[in-house]
Amino acid sequence: MSTPFYVSPQQAMADRAEYARKGIARGRSLVVLQYADGIVFVGENPSRALHKFSEIYDRIGFAAAGKYNEYENLRIGGVRYADLRGYTYDRDDVTARGLANVYAQTLGTIFSSAGEKPYEVELVVAEVGATPDGDQIYRLPHDGSIVDEHGSVAVGGSSEQISSYLDQRHREGMTLAEALKLAVQALSRDTNGGEREIPAERLEVAVLDRTRPQQRKFSRIVGARLARLLSEEGAPTAPSDTPDDEGPKGAGSATTEDDA
Amino acid sequence: MEANTRDTGRLPAAFLTPGSSSFMDFLGDHSPDLLPGKRSLPPLQGAVEAPHGTTIVAVTFPGGVVLAGDRRATMGNMIAQRDIEKVFPADEYSAVGIAGTAGLAVEMVKLFQLELEHFEKVEGAQLSLEGKANRLSTMIRSNLAMAMQGLAVVPVFAGYDVDRGKGRIFSYDVTGGRSEETGYASTGSGSVFARGAMKKLYRDDLTQEQATTLVVQALYDAADEDSATGGPDVARKIYPIVTVITEDGFRRLSDDEMAAIARAVLEHRLEQPDGPRAALL
Repeated sequence: MSTPFYVSPQQAMADRAEYARKGIARGRSLVVLQYADGIVFVGENPSRALHKFSEIYDRIGFAAAGKYNEYENLRIGGVRYADLRGYTYDRDDVTARGLANVYAQTLGTIFSSAGEKPYEVELVVAEVGATPDGDQIYRLPHDGSIVDEHGSVAVGGSSEQISSYLDQRHREGMTLAEALKLAVQALSRDTNGGEREIPAERLEVAVLDRTRPQQRKFSRIVGARLARLLSEEGAPTAPSDTPDDEGPKGAGSATTEDDA
Repeated sequence: MEANTRDTGRLPAAFLTPGSSSFMDFLGDHSPDLLPGKRSLPPLQGAVEAPHGTTIVAVTFPGGVVLAGDRRATMGNMIAQRDIEKVFPADEYSAVGIAGTAGLAVEMVKLFQLELEHFEKVEGAQLSLEGKANRLSTMIRSNLAMAMQGLAVVPVFAGYDVDRGKGRIFSYDVTGGRSEETGYASTGSGSVFARGAMKKLYRDDLTQEQATTLVVQALYDAADEDSATGGPDVARKIYPIVTVITEDGFRRLSDDEMAAIARAVLEHRLEQPDGPRAALL
């Protein structure tokens, strides 16, 4: 019988966090931005079938980076949670805050339970309000913490770099086309500072649009509509492209966690 | 570890188990007490007194289908409610109209809507129209025990079949038996009279406007002969609910549109109380 080596709890947790972070960093990044009429999700996704963004409920959307089978499982769990809650109480009683809490508890329990491997996922749960002030965006890292975000958020591979790029350029009240272009610019930047082109067919784009007449505000933007939005001329208020343009304009990201 | 999962606030195992895309199956696993079909009624004498919804009619036209219902709910010889709504969107391309015990029917529709929405969200694709009709069949069948006690729910399901590019109607019996109807269908206490009216007025080249007028005529005839069906109430501005489902999806006609149709029908009935006449030969 072999004697197990002693591993300090700090070391064990650090190892698990490292494991999860590495898994998440392998996936491509995605960004979630507020714009004047709602919240837009943009990511690079070569697959047409395996979505990174989905509808959870009327006003709630879900975005995930990391391991597909794990976040798909959490997504379906979230849909079941939301539908059951709405069925038992009322559709208005399903909130992003409640859902984010449940996800945080689930991820946290799995992360700290020695019997399970930590999930290699990072989630974003967003809810569109009747006005921009009512919008809520929560980022849920692998360890079960919740970060309340404003304006813009990036998760996945090079999320830190993308977040800081977005923080500097994202403003309140951008049009959908502006926000979409900013997101694509942010995603096209390589870790080593270079830029690469992401063709429209490799983009996955979805919105939570508060102006949609239907009760369900989530919709995917594909095909002709996506191409039209991407080719739309940037309004006079288009963000400046100088990369070393310091000083956040308007809505910056809130308490971003350090992964150092 | 599993036994205590509820206390940690973590999603219970049932939520994260891969498997069915059906919300009803999930309910059955996780909280079966919430499923309407799992309820039992204590043995009792005679029928239970509860509000009943009455007449629903549906008509297809090239390019879509119209589903409509009157606004009356009755309890015995009383009018329980004069502005009840009995036609609901099931999803973007289908609608369901219900006759029978109002309370159970509304709950059934709520669960049916959720079943379709849940499938769509989990799978990322809509059920086929046949698939939707079959789900409704299962739900009616699960209500059989209640139906035997007089608490039946009998819907009409209508939708636009995106694959075939046409409107389709499904009618049901109390045991969940399902049959597709060509042209027109009706259910509820006034259905016999509505059916007679539609039989004489229906043609297979109706425009959408003609189809909406036709259903109002049929409901008028039903209200004329059946005390449990309500006609257009011009004084209170309560008109039948008329919904149209086409390629563009589900749409409920606004009160103003309904007022115009109902007034036109009433106008003609002042001249001819029995409504339009069909040719004898």
